[in-house]
Amino acid sequence: MNGMTKIVKTIAGISFPFIVIYGLYVIAHGHLTPGGGFQGGAVVASGLALILVAYGSKWAATKIKEHDLSLLESVGAIGFITVAFFGILFGGVFFSNFIVGTDLLFGGIPLAGAADINTGGTLPLMNFAVGLKVIAGLFGIVFIMALAISKKEESA
Amino acid sequence: MLTKRDYAAVAFLTIITVFLMFSMLLIHPFGSPNASAMDQYIIDNTVEETGANNGVTSVVFDYRGFDTLGEATVLFTAVAGVIMIFRRLKK
Amino acid sequence: MIANIPYLAVVGLIIIGLSAVIFKKNLIKIIIGITIIQSGVNLFLITLGYREGSTAPIWTSSPGGVMAFPVPQALTLTSIVIGVAVTALMLSLVIHLYRHHGTLDVRKMGGDDQ
Repeated sequence: MNGMTKIVKTIAGISFPFIVIYGLYVIAHGHLTPGGGFQGGAVVASGLALILVAYGSKWAATKIKEHDLSLLESVGAIGFITVAFFGILFGGVFFSNFIVGTDLLFGGIPLAGAADINTGGTLPLMNFAVGLKVIAGLFGIVFIMALAISKKEESA
Repeated sequence: MLTKRDYAAVAFLTIITVFLMFSMLLIHPFGSPNASAMDQYIIDNTVEETGANNGVTSVVFDYRGFDTLGEATVLFTAVAGVIMIFRRLKK
Repeated sequence: MIANIPYLAVVGLIIIGLSAVIFKKNLIKIIIGITIIQSGVNLFLITLGYREGSTAPIWTSSPGGVMAFPVPQALTLTSIVIGVAVTALMLSLVIHLYRHHGTLDVRKMGGDDQ
């Protein structure tokens, strides 16, 4: 897949940072507002896919390898399971929310109706891990498909 | 030119439509589901127990974490499957 | 009974998707039909948790009052992600089939009895 025209590249380059910032906002505020790791990860992955389509998979293949993406996805999955296993160590059961109610980071309990980023216990940590996993997984799927199609165009 | 297969398909589609219509009319009324004790418990206790303002996130990552673990496994398996299919094609 | 008319959207989506799966011969269009069926099922799951006059189960600047059930919404999230994974695998297999047969038409694919 070759890149598109200069107009598309410029507009994609301008809108890409906003899409990524919005996706990261949705991930970071997953325990307060609508959204979470999966939704924000999908937003960031679609922004990356926009760049991939605008600039072409040949250009993208020089910037990132599919090996790195699968590594990133494994890091997200291992982080998610690690937080869940810490629940056994500190809280007694798998997936126990052991941070909430303590003085640690994210340990607060919000007042009724108020929003405080420093709440939620293990939920923000799991949101970050799952967000990383979804970014790498969804963008990896699109990237590998684009690579395979461009390889076929070369041989044909 | 309609073949025998087309008639069978239309008959199948009609049966499914009638079945779905009857289910639609016989299900509980729209907007008043049967509240179980679990649903009310989650709505009442989410903020105190998990510290999260978002009820859906607290269900996804806390009350029903095992579901999310399976979901993450499915996503991982899909990526692994896509990589496996296109590995073979590259040769 | 008349209050159940909103479920007609679910029935319509499922029937549209199913008829695409049955009558279309192009594999891409069949996959589009399957995703429309998925949308119908997701809409049905969301609708199951809706209560009359309820708000989303989010307490940040909530207007108060009745809240919708969070569990069907969480399960719909699971269902959407699994749908994305299944669609990705289906499209990969279709690319594989296209390279093997040189066509997307299921009637021209395989089978010597055509």
